[in-house]
Order: sequence, then structure tokens, then C-alpha cells
Amino acid sequence: MKNPSLFGKTLAEIEEIVASLGAPAFTARQIAEWMYKKHITQFDAMTNLPKSLRHQLAQGYSIELSTAVKVQTSVDGTKKYLYPSTGHTFIETAYIPEGKRATLCVSSQVGCKMGCLFCMTGKQGFQGQLSTGEIIHQIRSLPERETLSNIVFMGMGEPFDNLENVMKSCEILTADWGYGWSPKRITVSTIGIIPAMKTFIENSSCHLAVSMHTPFHAERKKIMPIENVYPIQAVVDLLRRYDLGKQRRLSFEYIMFKDFNDSNRHIQGISRLLHGMRCRINLIRFHPIPNSPLASASEERIQQFREGLVSKGFRTTIRASRGEDILAACGLLSTKELVKTQAPDF
Amino acid sequence: MRNTLIMDAGLVDFIEKLPLSKQIVTHIELLRKGVYMLHFLRTADFLPGQVVAISTDLSVPPRLYSICSGEQDEKLSVLFNLKSDGLLTPKLAQLSQGDPVWISTPFGAFLGDDQPAWWIAAGTGIAPFRSMMRSGMANGKTVIHGGRSADSFYFQNEFLSAFGENYIRCCSGEHAEGLYHGRLTQWMQEQDRLSKDQTYYLCGSAEMVVEVRDILIEKEIPIDKIMSEIYF
Repeated sequence: MKNPSLFGKTLAEIEEIVASLGAPAFTARQIAEWMYKKHITQFDAMTNLPKSLRHQLAQGYSIELSTAVKVQTSVDGTKKYLYPSTGHTFIETAYIPEGKRATLCVSSQVGCKMGCLFCMTGKQGFQGQLSTGEIIHQIRSLPERETLSNIVFMGMGEPFDNLENVMKSCEILTADWGYGWSPKRITVSTIGIIPAMKTFIENSSCHLAVSMHTPFHAERKKIMPIENVYPIQAVVDLLRRYDLGKQRRLSFEYIMFKDFNDSNRHIQGISRLLHGMRCRINLIRFHPIPNSPLASASEERIQQFREGLVSKGFRTTIRASRGEDILAACGLLSTKELVKTQAPDF
Repeated sequence: MRNTLIMDAGLVDFIEKLPLSKQIVTHIELLRKGVYMLHFLRTADFLPGQVVAISTDLSVPPRLYSICSGEQDEKLSVLFNLKSDGLLTPKLAQLSQGDPVWISTPFGAFLGDDQPAWWIAAGTGIAPFRSMMRSGMANGKTVIHGGRSADSFYFQNEFLSAFGENYIRCCSGEHAEGLYHGRLTQWMQEQDRLSKDQTYYLCGSAEMVVEVRDILIEKEIPIDKIMSEIYF
């Protein structure tokens, strides 16, 4: 049987491990720095550790990393990496260069349980949670890692349905013993799982993005089943309790669907819902997915919608479409590659 | 349906209600291997289709479970599947009469009514529909329940009694009298005259809900007429 991976452990977890091996506590930080700062992949390379400890670690743990099984490159430079996960499943990571910036869109789950009507990942159902190591690995193994300016948890899965591992990932990415990133370069996106969102806000300094897609409860229920239990009004009510705008960025994601959520009534609804909040609204063009009853709003309508929101005082941007020729919307590639191994229970 | 910012009962002040209160288990039933029904004394009103958050103690994050009892029933009941690698359900399965659990007040907007509709469920996804059925909403409903084995059609006697031929059990794993042999989605695919006027309520895993929803959309059912509740 393969040894458990040490990669993806937090400092506290490594301290427990070294204590169990009878090594001094300070070696935990050394190990973390070897893995996360110096990017070594063999215990033998941890040259400031006693040889006996290196041997013990090698006997009980692994730090080997897998490589992407597939890479697709768009004409616009966007790259989509496909990594193997457990059980013949795959996860996607999208690298999106743009001028001096480069953003990595990472996955937090294999598949997704949320079933949003507009999302391709949801079509493959849910295969499993990614471990902290599997999340961090998407960054660690990226050939373009040194060019990254931002990381967004907007790939496959709902990050707050895998809160513990997402929180640990953010800790490793931002800690001085870890990758040392500023939390202001990391954004976690959620559809609004309220208890987990509360934990995240109170224990992390990373940016938060909330998928809204319509301000209206009855309408949001049609496209996002989560609205049945965690409605957008309650999500916003919770966010109002925190002074997020000063400390970090709060944004609302809004995919523009033709004749569904692109009317002036929706501008009014958003304005009422977010009145007085310090936030940004990010309008997104819809990449059509197979068998979807939804279509993207026209370019003209998206511009008008943006202007309508700006006139209401909201900072509003339109996200550039990237990687359309390689199906860069979340879940499209891995769904094509998915090998189903379990019989469904229905 | 009029779009509104006003939400269904139990949601507006959900955040205030999130703190859990201690309740006492009245009893726990094993429905089949790995599937349990947990009963508590009912201390709050609810709407059929709503959920409660449950935990065995405050160290385990609560999870949401659909209420499967009727609004007039003395007890509040939920169904759960034992996940051997889970944090919560192994502890739930160990509960017995008199044990304390932590539970939220009911909330949620997956609400039924007495209009003709389709109730489509897989496995323990039948829970909210049992609550609706026991709350007087059985009129004009067609119930489709999917399961792998013949013993996975929980409450089948109650459903047979209430719906007769309009209760279809789709069994993918074995043949048995009275059951359609095949997956629920296969049965849905075979239907060529689905009403476009009735509402289709779906409840179960993401995989089932997404697949059935896609079939309904292929059959030109408007998305206005599809209501989904996914267990996560």
C-alpha cells in the first residue's frame, strides 16, 4: 500500500507527526519549508534534517507528486490541465495568463453536489473530496507556477462543501512556513453555504466571491437548488454583519443568461439586495453546455446591464472570456474524461 | 410565479436559528442495512419539505436532513444513510432512546402543495415526499422512486396505499413483483407524454437530480416546472 502523503499537511499536522517520530518540534517547520518553499520531492533532499529522521519519514510517508495527464492550450494562451485523482477520476486546473497577470483556477472537489443548472461539473455528479495535498498540488506542479499572480477557487466543486481542506490549503498558501502568498491574491468562490461561509470569513483573510446569478429567490431556486436551504437573501444578510469591504474584496458573480436574469428588473433587484454594501459585481458570459435550456445574453445586453449597475453605484466588471476553444468552463474537460466506476443507486 | 425577494417561511431568520438546541431521541429504527429513521419529540412547526440541521454534539459539524414525518405527527423524524467513513452518521446510528442530539428549527423552501405534480426520488430522497404525503398533499401526485434493491423502497406500503398505480418503484439491481426493473432515469426516458403543466419535484443525490432534470429538459419540460432538492 502507498504511504500517506506528507504533502498538504499543515505545520500543526507536521508537528504531530515529528512528535510521534520522537523528533524535535522545530523540524516540523524545516520539513514544511522544504516542501512548500523549496519544492523538493524527496526526503533525501531535506539536508538539514538528521538522516535517521529522513529515513523514518521515507518509511512512513510520501512526497511524490503526480503530473498532469493532459494539457490543452487555447489560442489565447489559457491552458487547461487535467490531473488524476483517486478512483479513475480527474480534476481540472485552468491557467489563465493576461498581460502581467496570471490566474490559476483550482478545483476543490471531484465533481460537485450542488447541481446548478448552468454548470458542466454538476453533470458528472460527485465523486469525492480533494485532499489538501491534491488542492495544493494543482499549484505546486504547475509548470507556470512562478508566473502566477492570483489563485481562485473557482474550478470544479463547491469549496465550502470541502471546507476543512480548503481552509488548510489557504493556510499553507499564505503561511510564512508555506508558500507565503498574500491572502489578497487568493479568492474563494461559493454558492453560499452559510455555516461554512461564516467559518471562512472568521478564520481566513482571503477574498470571497459569491455566486448570485439572480437576486430573486423563486428564480434562483430554478437554477441553483442550494437556494432552497441557503437563500441569497440570507447569504447577504450574513455578509452585512462583517466589514469585509475594507479588509478584503467581496464580489458577486453573475452569469448573464438571455431572457432569464438580464432585465432591468434584475438590475433593480440586485440594487435592492446589495444596497449600501461595499462589493464588486462580476458579470460573466455564459459558455453554453450541452442540453442546457439557458443561453448567453448578448454582448450589447451585458454592456447595458453593466452600465445599469454602475449607474446604481456598484463597481461592475465584465469577466473576459478565456479558453473558449478548449472548453475552459469548469468541468467540461474532466466530464469528457470521466470514467464512472460506481453503479448509481437509482 | 411572481419573483420576489420575500422568502418562504423559515428562511428569513435562518441565521438566527442556526444555533442548535438539545432534543431527546425518542427512538431509532433500522429500515434496512445502513438506513435509519431517527425520531425526536416535535417542538416546532414546519412546512412539509423542510429540513433540519442535526449533530450529535457540538464538535461534529451539523448536516441537513429532510423531515420525513407529517406536519400533524407527534414526532419529528428524519431518514439517514450510514456513511461508514463519515463524521456524523456513524454517531447517529449509535443513538438510542433518551440520548440527546442537537437540532435546528426547521427551514427550507423545497415546499409542496396540493396541486397535481410529480414527486421523483432516489433512495432516502423519498423523505420530503413522505412528509408531504402525510400532510395532506397526496392529491394528484405521481410518485417515482428509484432504488438499487427491492428493500430500498422505504414506506412503500404507505405510498402504495395512497397512490396505487401512480406509485412506481424502479429497481435497478434486482427483479421483483410489482417493481419496474431498471433505473429511474430509464423509466423517465421511456415516458413520451409528460405533462408540461405539472411541477416535477426531484430529490436525491446530485447525480440523480441532474440526470433526471436533463431528461425532463430534453422532453421540453420548462425549467419553471422543475424543483430540485439535492442532498449534500
